[in-house]
Amino acid sequence: MLKFILPLILFIVLAVFLALGLNLNPREIPSPLINKSAPAFSAPKLQTPAEKLSQTDLKGQVWLFNVWASWCASCRLEHPILNQLAQQKAAIIVGLNYKDEPQAALGWLAQLGNPYDVSIMDQDGRIGIDWGVYGVPETFVIDKQGVVRYKHTGPVTPEDVQQVFLPLIATLQAEH
Amino acid sequence: MKHLAIIFLLVLSGVTCAGVPFPEFADQEQQQAYDTLTSELRCLVCQNQTIADSNAELAGDLRRQVYEMLQQGKSKQDIAQFMTDRYGDFVLYNPPFKAKTGVLWIGPVVFLLIGLIAVFLFVRRKKNTAAVEIDADKLAKIRNLLEKGDQS
Repeated sequence: MLKFILPLILFIVLAVFLALGLNLNPREIPSPLINKSAPAFSAPKLQTPAEKLSQTDLKGQVWLFNVWASWCASCRLEHPILNQLAQQKAAIIVGLNYKDEPQAALGWLAQLGNPYDVSIMDQDGRIGIDWGVYGVPETFVIDKQGVVRYKHTGPVTPEDVQQVFLPLIATLQAEH
Repeated sequence: MKHLAIIFLLVLSGVTCAGVPFPEFADQEQQQAYDTLTSELRCLVCQNQTIADSNAELAGDLRRQVYEMLQQGKSKQDIAQFMTDRYGDFVLYNPPFKAKTGVLWIGPVVFLLIGLIAVFLFVRRKKNTAAVEIDADKLAKIRNLLEKGDQS
C-alpha cells in the first residue's frame, strides 16, 4: 500500500510547489523599506526647479510617492488611474520624475493631465536608488509619521486602487 | 591581410565600446573590490545578470554607486549593506544565511539526503528480495551443477 501512497504524496507535494512557483511574480521583489522611515531626499520641483521639496515637508500627511517617467510605457497605462485617484483627494500624490528630461516630463503632464500635487526631479536616479526603485512605475504609501507602509511595483490598476490603496489610505488617515 | 587586420581591429573596438566606461582605480585593492562587488550584485531589471554584465540603465547607476562609495573609502561590507538596505537580500548573488534564506541554503542538502536515503533503501530492498527468492531446492540444484557440471 505504501508503495503507491508514497509516490502519490511526493507527486502532490511537488505539484503544489510548482503551482505556487508558477503563480509567483518574479518581478515582485519585497521592499526592505516597509515599516521604515522614508529615505531622505531634497530635490528640485519639476514645475518650479528653483524650489526644493524634502520628505520632512510632508510630515503629518499621508502621501503617495509615485515613480514615473515620460519614457515609461506602463506609466502611460497607469496615468488615467492616477488622475482618477487624484480627483478623490484621498491623499497627497507626490511624483518622482525618474531619469527624465524636464521638457518631456512637462509635456507629458500637459498632454495627459497632472495627478500630482507636486513632482520632483531625479535626473541621475540617485533618489531612485535610495528608494530601491528598479522598475518604473512604482508607488509607495507613506504615513503621517513619515514611515513607508506599502509598496506597489508596476502599474496600479483600478482594482488595486479600490482593494488596496483606498482602504489603506483611509486607515492611515485615521492614525495620528 | 590588410582587410583582415581592419576587421580584427573593428571587432576589438566593439568589445571595448560595449557597456559603460570602465572605471579606473589608482589602488589595485579597490579595483579588486569593485570587480568582486559588481559581479556579486544582481541587476534587478534583468534579474539573471550581475550589474557587471548588465547593460540596463539601473545596472549602470548601481556600478556608479559602487565606484563612488569605493572612492569614498567604504568597505565591501558597507556597500553590500547599502544595497541590501534598499533592494533586500535579492540583490546579493550570495545571500547571507538566515531564517528567510534558510530554505535556499539547506534545501539542496535536504534533497540530496532524501535522494541518498531513497537509493539506499531501494538497493537494500532489492538485495533482500533477491536473497529470499532462492529456495533450498534450487540452491542444492545449483551446487550440484557447479560441482559436477551439466551431465544431462
